[in-house]
Amino acid sequence: MTTDDTLAARQSGANRWRRFDDWDNRPLRLDRFAVEDPENGFSAFKGACDPKPGLTIENGRISSMDGKPLAEFDMIDQFIATHHLDVAIAATAMDIPSQDIARMLVDIATPRETLAKLAHGLTPAKLAEVVAQLSAVELTFAFSKMRTRKSPGNQGHVTNAKDDPLQLAADAAIATALGFDEIETTMRVARNAWSNALACAVGAAVGRWGTLFQCASEEAEELQIGLAGFTSYAETVSVYGTERAFIDGDDTPWSKAFLASAYASRGIKMRCTSGAASELLMGFHEAKSLLYLEARCLCLQRAMGVQGTQNGGIDGAPLASSIPGGVRELMAENLVAVWLDLECATGNDARHSESEIRVGAKILPFLIAGSDLICSGMGTILKYDNSFNPSSFNGEELEDFLVLQRDFEADGGLTSIEDSSALSLRRRAVDALSAVLEELGLGTPSEAMKQSVVVASGSDETRSYTPREVAIISDRIKQQNITMIDVVKALARRGFREEAQNVLNMLRLRVSGDYLQTAAVVRDGRIISAVNQPNDYVGPGTGYRLSEQRQRELAAIRDVLTRDEVLRAEAVFAAAEAKRIIYRAVGPAGQGGAADEIVIGISPAFGTKLYQTLAGHPLSAVLAALCDGIRAGGGRPRVVRMVHTADTSFLGLSAARLAGSGIGIGIQAKGTAVIHQQDRLPHNNLELFSNAPVTGLEHYRALGENAAAYAKQEMPQPIMVPTGGMALGARFHARVALIYSIETGARGRST
Amino acid sequence: MTSSRRPYGVSDFPLAETHPTDVKTANGRPLADITLDAVEAGDFSLSDIRITPRTLLDQAEIARAAGRATLAANFERAAELVDIPQALMLEIYELLRPGRAAEKGVLLDAAKRLRADFGAQQTASFIEEAAAAYERRGLFKSRY
Repeated sequence: MTTDDTLAARQSGANRWRRFDDWDNRPLRLDRFAVEDPENGFSAFKGACDPKPGLTIENGRISSMDGKPLAEFDMIDQFIATHHLDVAIAATAMDIPSQDIARMLVDIATPRETLAKLAHGLTPAKLAEVVAQLSAVELTFAFSKMRTRKSPGNQGHVTNAKDDPLQLAADAAIATALGFDEIETTMRVARNAWSNALACAVGAAVGRWGTLFQCASEEAEELQIGLAGFTSYAETVSVYGTERAFIDGDDTPWSKAFLASAYASRGIKMRCTSGAASELLMGFHEAKSLLYLEARCLCLQRAMGVQGTQNGGIDGAPLASSIPGGVRELMAENLVAVWLDLECATGNDARHSESEIRVGAKILPFLIAGSDLICSGMGTILKYDNSFNPSSFNGEELEDFLVLQRDFEADGGLTSIEDSSALSLRRRAVDALSAVLEELGLGTPSEAMKQSVVVASGSDETRSYTPREVAIISDRIKQQNITMIDVVKALARRGFREEAQNVLNMLRLRVSGDYLQTAAVVRDGRIISAVNQPNDYVGPGTGYRLSEQRQRELAAIRDVLTRDEVLRAEAVFAAAEAKRIIYRAVGPAGQGGAADEIVIGISPAFGTKLYQTLAGHPLSAVLAALCDGIRAGGGRPRVVRMVHTADTSFLGLSAARLAGSGIGIGIQAKGTAVIHQQDRLPHNNLELFSNAPVTGLEHYRALGENAAAYAKQEMPQPIMVPTGGMALGARFHARVALIYSIETGARGRST
Repeated sequence: MTSSRRPYGVSDFPLAETHPTDVKTANGRPLADITLDAVEAGDFSLSDIRITPRTLLDQAEIARAAGRATLAANFERAAELVDIPQALMLEIYELLRPGRAAEKGVLLDAAKRLRADFGAQQTASFIEEAAAAYERRGLFKSRY
């Protein structure tokens, strides 16, 4: 179909506004939205069966909680009443009006510690009632105040579609270089857990040490992998807000609490996971709201004595976001988590929308508030390589995230990496892992395999291990009881002593137990946690502030424009232009007399310091096009260099007043051009070419013809230069401003 | 496992920096001994690089001082589990999952064994509490 046919097809049989067709074609329309339906669990804040907050205490024991008597407590109620609530303070705490507590959360005069202690006496329904009152901006602010650790951090996924260990090692090294405090892997094929674990652990030891690492797999297998020394923490220890969902998840609060203690007994850090809508997805929502059920989950986690939580929808984020206010609810639940004094890895994990705008909007409050781990996690790899399914941000969008840090001067935990170092890090990681595989009799990767992985952006581009080969490697690691100590020795034997030391440093973390405390991460070789670096925000100028160095790091993204660079680029064109045109001054410009004369007023630096338009057309060609056009229209061109102004309108008006016809063209070196007339006001021109980047030589020629037509007092068809909706300001204004300062700097000098 | 010193507080954290000589591995070697050279020489296997009950109790004191009593209780239970063999630990975890134990007695026996063989008082009470809760909520029914 031709363009005309398509247009005709769209316009025939029109029974609605055509804009809806445009909207239907956007990625947003791929998202499904659900109507609010409290009876069926589709409510962010107002479940049909949400209880009112309440607590009765008799003889020092809780006799009812949130309207339910003791005898009717399910296992979650019982665990919360027994292990979370502090009966010594609960009665007083519950009596404080929820609105008052809400105000305390956003009040810089109420310290975090006061609120954290208060939460020990608050029931799930009360916690939910309080945070539900906060607007999105209040939730953001409260969160920045209430997170546990002072400095923000980030977690990344390191996976690939082939479970290829060579690529995992390379990508783990990149993630470490980017500054992720934690990385997480999972597998396409469950049995590859051991090879994934080995590969990521080795890769994460390249360049620096301290990146914590988890391997998300079945609970018992994950524990075994941890015990073998490959991982440094566990996260996917899931809890649920209804008894039946929990049981379908094959656990109880006691079994999960035991698991938590089991990890601690081996010196391994862990956190639990819960997120809105898990109960809805599992079919046991009890007609309760997303937030109320999450408040139960979070009280449960504090009761279990875990140090932290992965929270904020998580796998339920897309479903939660389909409900009105669902994204606000995710913010609310994260606030409950940190209010309960838990480290929080704040979701921004499973991509909740196909709309890039929704994705960017959802992460922003956490970026500007700061979070212990802003993503749980970000895809460090391309979407198709993300074995968890795409995250909010993936390898494709990494630079967008880095720029958001720069835009808002907000620390999202990451730092740009340089072109040159990326390749060498990947090479080192792949070589280190290959050495380990060879030393332990697990495989002998070829140079071709390694090289394909080093340069690849994703697994589609690699020629590496087949899935079957990977499964064999993984099984061998498990069957031969290979441990991380074997890996340390293998690295050391093969000369990778720095990596060997880095791996050993991770193992040594288990002995002191320091990193078991709340919100612990390793920074510059030291443990930072909520214990030695608590969030002490009490208003502007306090809490986490960007150091000068960190500000510089956030600003240092790839490919930034400088004045020197613009001038250097121009100098390259100077030589070529010198072969095409010579500007010969013949004297001061006088008044023209001929009625067919059109003056072209060029800017001060036109052809002397600047040599091509923003669209890349040599100025010699532009001048030629203008002159040809004028002549074709029956006019006579005269070129005058203006030295008193670089402004397009004043160039054009000055030119017009010199011209015999009273018609002039003004043109800047960057290509912005105007047709003007002698008796018009400066900014009230005849025609304006304001979008130089999309203005072509054919447009300048047509401009010349139109000028000639105006000189003959005709009314030509004004020339339209289509922009196609490009954001030209974003693409060009930094360069424009730099160029224009060169133009204005060149005023007042004769050539 | 009592201590004759004052309880640790927030300023004692991190232990590896503030009390480096006190932090020891399971076989009594100080943390500082775990060097690359020592590992290469075969002085340390993975099972040597483990936390001790004493260190977990120290971390519990720090957690409590930081206002995190439930985290402290977790560390205290963990301290009791340090010397429990991996296989037994996994077995008890399994028993605590819904429908694994056929009736309350199975869990109570596990609790008794932990008390008797490992002195794990808090963990034993925890399991007894679970047993009562499971009975009340009918969780001893088989699920598959």
